[in-house]
Amino acid sequence: MSAVLAVNGLRTHFFTRGGVVKAVDDVSFSLERGEVMGLVGESGCGKSMTGYSLMGLVDEPGRIVAGSIRLDGRELVGLEADAWRRLRGERIAMIFQDPMMTLNPVLRIDTQMVEAVLAHHRVSRACALQRCREALAWVGIPAPDERLRAYPHQLSGGMRQRVAIAIALVNRPALVIADEPTTALDVTIQGQILFEMQRLCRESGAALIWITHDLSVVAGLADTLCVMYAGRIVESGPVDAVLDAPLHPYTSGLLGSIPSRNVPGRPLSQIPGSAPPLDRLDAGCAFRERCARAGDGCHIAPSVTNPAAARTLRCVRPLR
Amino acid sequence: MSGVADSPLLELRSIHKRFAVPGHRAAVHALDDVTLAVHDREVVGLVGESGCGKSTLGRIVCRLLEPSAGERYWRGRPYAELEARAHRAERLAVQMVFQDPYASLNPRMRVARIVGEAPVVHGLVPRAQSDEYVAELLRRVGLDASLMRRFPHQFSGGQRSRIGIARALAVRPRFLVCDEAVAALDVSIQAQVLNLFIRLREELGLAYLFISHDLGVVRHVSDRVIVMYLGRIVESAPAAELYERPNHPYTQALILDVPHIEARRRRYTPIRGEIASPLAPPAGCHFHPRCPRAFARCREERPPLREVAPGHHSACHLNDIRSP
Repeated sequence: MSAVLAVNGLRTHFFTRGGVVKAVDDVSFSLERGEVMGLVGESGCGKSMTGYSLMGLVDEPGRIVAGSIRLDGRELVGLEADAWRRLRGERIAMIFQDPMMTLNPVLRIDTQMVEAVLAHHRVSRACALQRCREALAWVGIPAPDERLRAYPHQLSGGMRQRVAIAIALVNRPALVIADEPTTALDVTIQGQILFEMQRLCRESGAALIWITHDLSVVAGLADTLCVMYAGRIVESGPVDAVLDAPLHPYTSGLLGSIPSRNVPGRPLSQIPGSAPPLDRLDAGCAFRERCARAGDGCHIAPSVTNPAAARTLRCVRPLR
Repeated sequence: MSGVADSPLLELRSIHKRFAVPGHRAAVHALDDVTLAVHDREVVGLVGESGCGKSTLGRIVCRLLEPSAGERYWRGRPYAELEARAHRAERLAVQMVFQDPYASLNPRMRVARIVGEAPVVHGLVPRAQSDEYVAELLRRVGLDASLMRRFPHQFSGGQRSRIGIARALAVRPRFLVCDEAVAALDVSIQAQVLNLFIRLREELGLAYLFISHDLGVVRHVSDRVIVMYLGRIVESAPAAELYERPNHPYTQALILDVPHIEARRRRYTPIRGEIASPLAPPAGCHFHPRCPRAFARCREERPPLREVAPGHHSACHLNDIRSP
């Protein structure tokens, strides 16, 4: 099977007065049709910037300095602004954390949705509106006609996020990037959105990258998992393998600090310290200051190894 | 300390809180007949979704808000009695740890003053010994005492949380209200701060009201858990019991909907609908429009909170059908 998306050696760096911030540093992964990948990490690890790089949305002083992004075999790195504009919203779509920021507060939902269709397809307004109606129904919005005439402020948070998802899906993209889309929502609404996204990917065959800090969310949703730390993917593989038998000490530390994996009332196992600033990194493993297993060899940049089928690892002193 | 023997540390009886909304005739009934007791050294978790009244309840407990109706008691004595100067220790005994470690620290104050001001003002510590006292508090929450001359922006999120906790501890409270105190933190930092709460409880014999939307976190720290929905307590039980045998359909849905690390590629079967507006809550049981098992009585009559097992209370009409 050929991959919908193949990312290879992607590096997105920011050239600031304080120095070079390596937000994304040698990141590689690939996704197939209908596959759901979880991209997990803590604030500032570069997971959102990986998403923006795939969308061609990296702003100055940042730029992609190396690597390749292939969508359906076509190279995206180095594309002109015009070509990016034709891709975005058509072949690749992104869903953001805060739907209030994605939706224009002064435009009705129908205006915003129809615009997304007409930007890419030469169809009549009526036809575009029909597609929007279908997309809203598809994401589980009751009475789509009524919602189309509403303004964003008239909808609840969960409803707004559904509209944002419908806009992302209206042109049936091959790849959807979701950046923490349920973090701001309540648990019962989060459950509904996860349910819809899972169904939509199965039905439409879109590949999905789900960016989150919450391992529990991707455990229930994703097929594969990439764990990011300080700009690098430190471990990846099938979801069960990574969660049940983590190899990188960071993955294992993250899993250990989840309350449900600990005895209630007893101290949680914790990772000491906090993540290093991205402009102060040396060549070695960025986790070694917080790592109980650190020792000889950790000062040299750990290369990517394949400890098992479909798994990658960046650690010279793995757990197994 | 004086007080009625064996009475809870803190007690709320039939608390109501209404907020007038400009432009609306109806008021938001943020708390609707809430009764609650927290005992010495007990950790009570409070869970619920946005708008359920959990933060309002926390603010009423620390007297940042006055209830519209109902009584609050400290060790069996009404709060009104504690207003006199002689009861300063009791008035300082409940302190709050806020959600946002960025917004809740004054950016123009140094840590020494953020933490050290209140104990000096209240006469707990002479001004000359303030720095020494702050240093001791910082060490207690796991910060280097030499950092006390710094400003909040020079700290990370986790460190700021610790400063907020040190500030709450500075007036020697017995009871901390923690409102989403770890919600803004990354997983690895969240574990560090939760461990601090657990350690402080053991060292200082504190009681907590631990407010959170995160059921996993609440289960980990709490002895007892209270579930709220649209201003009412719908269920209350010892933590393990609540998670193993949830009685109320809302609690059951909450526990089912929470993503769990051991649940892989699950098929989500979400609960339908959304939370009703607190301006116009549904009649009868507030949860009935979303409840898969609602029947006629649920639409008309408010279910009272009843004991369904020892120490386990639930407000659901279904319990009258189940038990003869």
